[in-house]
Parts: sequence; structure tokens; C-alpha cells
Amino acid sequence: MIHDGYIALFRENEALFQQNLPVWRKQMRNDAVVSLQNQNKATFADAYALDYGLNPQRLPFKGNPFSLFMCDIPGITTYNYLVLNDSFYAQPNLPALPAGVVICSLAQAFVQHADLLQPYISQLALQNPDVALNQLLAQDGMFLYVPDGVQLERPIQLVNMMYGTVDMMAVSHNVAIIGENAKAQVLVCDHAYGSEVSYLSNRLTQVFVGKNATYEHYKLESSSEKTTNVSTLQITQQEGSQVLSNLITLANGQTHNRVEVNLNGKGAHLSINGLGLGHNTERIENHTFINHNVDGATSNELFKYVLDYQAECDFYGLIKVLPDAQQTQAFQINRNLCLSKTARMFTRPQLEIYADDVKCNHGSTVGQLDENALFYMRARGIDPDEARMLLMFAFVHDVLDNVRIEPLKDRLQLLIERRLRGDKTHCNGCKICR
Amino acid sequence: MLEIVNLHAEVNGKEILRGINLSVKAGEVHAIMGPNGSGKSTLSAVLAGHPAFTVTQGSVTFNGKDLLAMPAEERSRAGLFLSFQYPVEIPGVSMVNFMRAAVNEHRKYKGQDPLTAGEFLKLMRAKKDIVELDNKLANRSVNEGFSGGEKKRNEIFQMAMLEPCLSILDETDSGLDIDALRIVANGVNQLKTPQNASIVITHYQRLLDYIVPDIVHILYKGRIVKTAGRELVAVLEEKGYDWIKQEVGE
Ligand SMILES: Nc1ncnc2c1ncn2[C@@H]1O[C@H](COP(=O)(O)OP(=O)(O)O)[C@@H](O)[C@H]1O
Ligand SMILES: [Mg+2]
Repeated sequence: MIHDGYIALFRENEALFQQNLPVWRKQMRNDAVVSLQNQNKATFADAYALDYGLNPQRLPFKGNPFSLFMCDIPGITTYNYLVLNDSFYAQPNLPALPAGVVICSLAQAFVQHADLLQPYISQLALQNPDVALNQLLAQDGMFLYVPDGVQLERPIQLVNMMYGTVDMMAVSHNVAIIGENAKAQVLVCDHAYGSEVSYLSNRLTQVFVGKNATYEHYKLESSSEKTTNVSTLQITQQEGSQVLSNLITLANGQTHNRVEVNLNGKGAHLSINGLGLGHNTERIENHTFINHNVDGATSNELFKYVLDYQAECDFYGLIKVLPDAQQTQAFQINRNLCLSKTARMFTRPQLEIYADDVKCNHGSTVGQLDENALFYMRARGIDPDEARMLLMFAFVHDVLDNVRIEPLKDRLQLLIERRLRGDKTHCNGCKICR
Repeated sequence: MLEIVNLHAEVNGKEILRGINLSVKAGEVHAIMGPNGSGKSTLSAVLAGHPAFTVTQGSVTFNGKDLLAMPAEERSRAGLFLSFQYPVEIPGVSMVNFMRAAVNEHRKYKGQDPLTAGEFLKLMRAKKDIVELDNKLANRSVNEGFSGGEKKRNEIFQMAMLEPCLSILDETDSGLDIDALRIVANGVNQLKTPQNASIVITHYQRLLDYIVPDIVHILYKGRIVKTAGRELVAVLEEKGYDWIKQEVGE
């Protein structure tokens, strides 16, 4: 569908899309229409070219949606939530959250916490077509609020599940507000049901990290070859905040991850990491935009890809250091391992520096497995396949070093190893994939 | 144990080995000497099964089996060990994981169960002492950041772990100071039994003061041009390789 189609869909169901929303959010829908109308039809993302069905009615799932998925990461205890297609569900009987913490449906938050949301959401720029489309059509998602000084000891797990029997599209919008000196870890898992149906998801996540707060965001995708996943992650960091972001794509169809981080306070630190394992004809894109807007912030970026078969992957990383952002330290590395001649890697690391007293560098490499190392291992009796595994694992292991939830790290090791060995990587807990 | 007959090998279309004949029996130590570029490392690479080299003629029998028909990993499991002239650095693969994979493959080949983590670490500790290898090295990546001497000691450590039947030491002395040389030679001598054999490749006499060969060969332009007892080492030391060139009529 071209954007006119989405606008028409919105107009036909306008009452539904606009119900229970504050005036300013309704206005954003209309602004999104204008933004989409201004998009160049030719360049409007290829992802939207097909006509996937959208379900504006959002008919609720019959039965317990959590029966679809049970995370089985050993030793992990999380606050567990689900966005099934386009609707938020909280797991029944969750343990009580610390005082003041809110985790609820965004649709509900627009009713109950509209004033809290307004200063954050209403600022959202709508020029980007993915964001505009999201804001035109999103009706739900997760809202997370952690008040000042509250430290969540347990990670929050949000499972985005695509589930349908016919081709379909789902749109969701998540918002996280992390107060001053607060702490939260969020694990987002993108999954898809079955291998026959084509899915398109467009997910926007906005995270606001307060002064001296600590926030970790893990995004893990293990979906299907017929899934197109467009996701935008926006993070705004205040003074002294520490953010860790990991984007790990184990199995997918077409994935476009866009991450925008604004470092708006002195002493803010960002560590952003990613791993893409591209098989078959998978396409994995990670586009990151890191803006050093003030002085004395630091960022460290590491993205790695392992490509096999006809995989096509893409890394774009722009670090922008504004004129006032003196004493910035920004480092960016992208390394890629191409295992087949037919796999293709595109990489564009970029630095734009407008301040003079900064330490920045970036680098990018595309290579193959080291033949000398392979022979050395074989000469010690190690099976060639095992030797390749050891080398591939060595290649990706520093991304795993940045996973700070130990049970998740252990599980990722296993999933990555399985994927590198060519097995399907679906979590065992995903009942529908078994 | 090892029988090489008329071995010819080439790399990138260039013939390097031009008819090697060599016979090694259990309990023997052979030295192969020769000037740079004569094909010593090529011979060891061909024996170890390096895919870059193509054998064009000849045969190699190892304990009754056709060595050239075996892939590199199987040659290792069958008891052949090559100490590399240039050990390879493998960033991100720890010595422990590397060695455990190797040891367990060898055990599987012999029909033995894999070692438990505890048994394996115990074995590593015992074998490290043979070459006075630092404890810390075990936790580091294979050869990464090792000094020249540490790399060579690491080779001998691996040899101690795998207990090969035939070991080929390619210039294991190069780049070693006298202390390291003594440690390496000591290690090799400790591992010597009447059942195994070694081929020591070097172009200096130095190492052969410590590892005393039974038989000495001179390799020149891809052929063994002279074979004698250990007294040949002293002759070479005195007269240098020019003497060989004259002997073969150049
Ligand atoms: N990969 C290769 N490609 C081309 N020539 C090679 C290669 N490896 C070795 N050679 C050549 O083979 C000859 C013998 O080399 P080598 O076996 O390393 O000698 P040595 O170990 O006796 O010094 C040299 O002329 C060297 O340049
Ligand atoms: Mg050599």
C-alpha cells in the first residue's frame, strides 16, 4: 500500500483511532497525515509496498494470550508483558511493582496519565515516514513510568508477538519515562507465529532517561522469514545518565532498526551494541544516529554482523557532535564477517564533528574467517565445523560482554551458537514455534 | 612409523618439494637442516595437511596408513603434531576452549569419553609445568599478545597435551633466547619415549646441542641432498651451507 492507502484507512476508521485520546494526541494523528502526504511516493519505504491487512478494531485475543509464549530463560525472573500484534496485555498475577512504578497499556495511559505523557510525546517529530505512519495508526503499546529514585531490581520483559492466520500488519507505540536516579532494564523480544503468513510490524519506542538514571534496553529478534519488522528506538538522556542498548537479530525476515539517541546532559554515557546474524535471504539493517548535543558526554558503539548465504545487511552509523559539545568522547566500530560470496554487507560509518576539543573515532571492516586460524585448529585435531564455530563465536563474543543480565547472556550464548550452527534459534519457551 | 617416498609438492603452481625420501622409526630423532627457502616449512605443512599445498607425486605412509588421504584434523588425531614456525593468533578463542576441543577430539578418535572440566584443568596444570608456561596464559586467547618465546613454549605445551606419536618441530628455536631455548628443549626431551619420534627442523646448530638427533638430513632446493649421523651438525656449523652448494655442483 502506498501512503494514500494508509491515510484512507485512517479516515475510514477515524472515530476508532481517535477514541479516548487527549486532544494533543488527536492533533498528532492529523499532523502525521500531513507528514505522510508530504512523503515522496517513490521513496516511501519499500517495506510498506505490500498490502498487509490492518485490524483497526483490535479484536481481543480469545483465551489467555500468554499461553502463546512463555519465556524460559533459566534463572530469569521478569515482569512480563505482551504486545500481541497491536494490543498490550499484562501477565495476570504479576508480583507487585515498587511504589509509584506504572506499567500499563499506552491506550490506558492516555486516559489516566495524559498530563504526564504530554510533555514527552507531543514533542515527537513526525518527518520520518516510519514514525509518521506509526503515529497515524498506533493504538496501543507499553507505558513504563519509574519515579525518581526507584530502582527496579527485576527486568521488564516485553514480548512483541505477531500472530495471525492471514497476512497482517501491526503498529504499536511504547513509552518509558525513567526518573532521576532511577534504574530499569527492559528486554524486548520480537517473535512471529508460524512461517507461512507475512507480517509487517511498525514499532516505535521512546525512552526518556532522567538525571543520573540507569537504563538498559535489550532488543532481541527471533521472528520468521516472512516478517518485516520496522522499529524505531528513540532515547533521550539527561545529565549523568547511563544507557546500555543492545539490538540482537538472531533470525528474521527483513528488519529495519533505527535508533536515535540524544545526549542532552553532561556526563551522560551511552553504550550501544548490536549483533546481526544474517542467513538465507534475510535482511538486517541497523541505522543509528547519536547526537552529542552538550559537552562532556560519551558514547561507545559496537555493531557486528555475521552473514551467510544470500543475506544482505546494512549498517549506518552517524555520530553528530554539535558545536557546544566539547570534551565529547565518541567511538564507533562496525565489524562484519562474510561467510559466503553471495552475502552482501553495506556499511557507512559517519562522523560529523562541529566541536574542536573531542575524541572521536570510527572504523569498519568486512572480512572472512581467518584461514590460518582454521588450519591451526584443524592441525590440533579440531573438526573444521567446530573450528569455524569457535572462530565465529570469538567474533561475536564482545557484543555478548555488553549483556549485563547474566541469565540472558547465558541464553543468548546458546541461541547464537545454535543459530551459527544453522539451527533455528527460536526460544524453547515459544510454544507456537516448536 | 613415517615413510616418505618421492614426494613432490607445489604451491601456486610452483614446485617446492622435488622428490623427498625419508624414513622415520619409533624412538628416533631426526634433524632437517637447510638454508632459508629450501622447503623445510613446506615439507612440514604438506605433512600436516595444509590445503594451500598440492602433492603432485609420491606417497607418505604414517603408521601403515596413507597420510595424504587424511584431512589435517585426522592426521593430528592419528598422532601427528606440527609445532608451527609461526604459531597463529586467534583472538577471542581462549586457550582453555581451544585445548579442550582438541583434547576431546583426540579422545573421541581413540574411543575415550571426553574429560570432565575438572580432569581437563588438572591435565592442563600438569602439562604447563613441563614448559614453565605461565598460569595466566591459559585464560588468554590463543597466542594473542604472547611474546615470541611464549608462543613457542605454547606449541610444546600443546604437544605435551596431545602426546603425539610423531612431532615435527619447525624452527622451534627461532627467536628464542638461551633460557627459553633450554626450557623448550627440556620440554621436548621430557616428552620423548621409545615409542614416539620427532623431526626437528632448524637451520642453526644451537637447538641440536640440547635435542640430540640420531640422524641429520640436509634439505636443499626441495630435495634431501645429504643424510648422516649427528656429526653432520658440526660439519655444517664449521663449513656453512655454501659447502653443500658446492657438493651438489653449484
Ligand atoms: N604460499 C606460498 N606461495 C608461494 N611460494 C611459497 C609459499 N610458501 C612457500 N613458498 C616458497 O617456497 C620456498 C620454500 O619455502 P619454505 O618451505 O618456507 O622454506 P624454509 O622453511 O626452508 O625456509 C620458498 O621459495 C618460498 O618462497
Ligand atoms: Mg621455514
